Amino acid sequence: MIQSFKMALRSISGNRMRAALTMLGIIIGVMALVVLVSLVNGATSSVTDAVSGLGSSMLTVTVSDSKGKPLDLATLSDWEEQYGELGPIAASTAATAVGKYGGSNATMTLYGVTPAYFQVEGLTMSMGRWLRSADLDNGSYVCVVNETAAEELVGYTDCVGEEISLNGVKYTVVGVLGNNDDSLTAVFTSNSKVAYIPYTSLIRLSDSVSREIGSFSVGAAEGRTLEDAETRMQELLMERFDGDEDAFDLSSQNVLEDAMSSITSVLTILLGGIAAISLIVGGIGIMNIMLVTVTERTREIGIRKAIGASRGSILMQFLMEAVVLCMLGCALGIFCSWSILRLVSAAVSGLSLRFELNGGVVWVSVIFCFMIGVIFGLYPANKAAKMKPIDALHYGG
Amino acid sequence: MIELRDVSKIYQVGEERVRALDHASLHIAPHEFVSIIGPSGSGKSTLMNIIGCLDVADGGTYLLDGIPIESYSENALALVRNRKIGFVFQNFNLIAKLSAEENVELPLIYQKVGRAERQQRVSEALERVGLSRRARHLPTELSGGQQQRVAIARALVTRPSLILADEPTGNLDSKTGREIMDMFRELHDQGNTIVLITHDNDIARQAKRIVHIHDGHLSEVTV
Repeated sequence: MIQSFKMALRSISGNRMRAALTMLGIIIGVMALVVLVSLVNGATSSVTDAVSGLGSSMLTVTVSDSKGKPLDLATLSDWEEQYGELGPIAASTAATAVGKYGGSNATMTLYGVTPAYFQVEGLTMSMGRWLRSADLDNGSYVCVVNETAAEELVGYTDCVGEEISLNGVKYTVVGVLGNNDDSLTAVFTSNSKVAYIPYTSLIRLSDSVSREIGSFSVGAAEGRTLEDAETRMQELLMERFDGDEDAFDLSSQNVLEDAMSSITSVLTILLGGIAAISLIVGGIGIMNIMLVTVTERTREIGIRKAIGASRGSILMQFLMEAVVLCMLGCALGIFCSWSILRLVSAAVSGLSLRFELNGGVVWVSVIFCFMIGVIFGLYPANKAAKMKPIDALHYGG
Repeated sequence: MIELRDVSKIYQVGEERVRALDHASLHIAPHEFVSIIGPSGSGKSTLMNIIGCLDVADGGTYLLDGIPIESYSENALALVRNRKIGFVFQNFNLIAKLSAEENVELPLIYQKVGRAERQQRVSEALERVGLSRRARHLPTELSGGQQQRVAIARALVTRPSLILADEPTGNLDSKTGREIMDMFRELHDQGNTIVLITHDNDIARQAKRIVHIHDGHLSEVTV
């Protein structure tokens, strides 16, 4: 075994140019495999990071059929206090309203929310304050607007303390939201004019909004997982709505991540498959060269057989040569991939993308190359081993 | 030592069946120096292939050291060649990419002899043919005579029962040829069994016993 390994190394180093050209197929194949899969993985992980940064630790509940037992704010705050898995519960409901300030007016989206909404949705304040529990309890006429609303309705961002009228009722602006790329809600609403008022205040203002809560969001309590919260919430809602699964919808932003990961795994398999094909092509190149080598060295095989080499040792010698060629190609390919990924990472370093050699795909390519070496080396090696010593000795003189 | 009884070998050449060996019988005792002489096409290569276990006969029996050879598998024949026979060929048949000492070492590698013993036996064998100082040279860096001496060292290194030489001086000038023949005589004096195949009467006459081969028939020639 060790002897045939040494012989293989000798024979390869004795014919460097040919060995290098033969290995090129494997090198390119390995590079295609490793680089493509690593790039997909790198891109995926950065996109997934971005998605999960968008307040993924949040469950959204929508009630479609309350079965005569509607949820109200009191029930929700009861649940929040009673069950340790649940974090703050944020109820929200939307309506449209006409906003007026001085001479200007505009149609605005109005959200009736509870104070927990701020935390659950991952909002940030630009100035002023967010709505408080006292605002909710009293149904106060205070509002928080986003930057777009402040600029387009009031005319300037720093409008804390101004009074705007919503559907004819005067509200005092207590805070302005900041633009926050990390919050899905903030991103989605950044182009529209939005005002947040206490939930209780919206009930009074709008005819279409009742005490009955149609949808709310909840996060996990500190130190608990979102799965715990989801299980508990599912249980509570099932109990409330007589075990009817269709009465409500419970979803988390993990769904988004799941979709992402299924897309990228398909992409990985697809690209990996294409790269694997190029590796097989490289393997055929190795088989070709090994066949040439065997024919070229027919006399050597004859000599070795005459002085007592068995079939097995000849087979081993040529098989080892093919495998060593493949593995050398594989090692070079991995090294080139590593260099390329370093270069790409350096080139896109501004985009907060990181491309690293993926350990899994490195192992896959090592095992794959070994298999290719054995499979494509077997036929030429067997051809060498089968030669009759007298025929081989007298080959070509 | 070598016992051939009624050995036949038939080749099919096109439509024709050629009897390369026709009921050939031969006995060679240990420590003998025998030359087999015959013109080309006389069947001497076939005889050499059979004695050397490179090929098996179609009929008759061949005993080497009392062991019948004809029923052996390919791997068993390889083992016999490895342990019992040392070949010296007309065109040396050294592996061009290996140095002199590596060529000599090769049969020991196939015998799975340990590294330390291998090195010792290789340097002994090279010393016997007087090439210790050229051990690391490649065959292409050696003269014809030197290459043949490396081949002889390779044949000796396994301490075979039989040294089988096929026209060992055929590719050498007469002076170098004489040196090689001197070496064979010396080896015979040291107790080796040698079978020499040649078409050259002068070379054949240096052996103690001459066997003539013609059209596949063997006949003893007494000097």
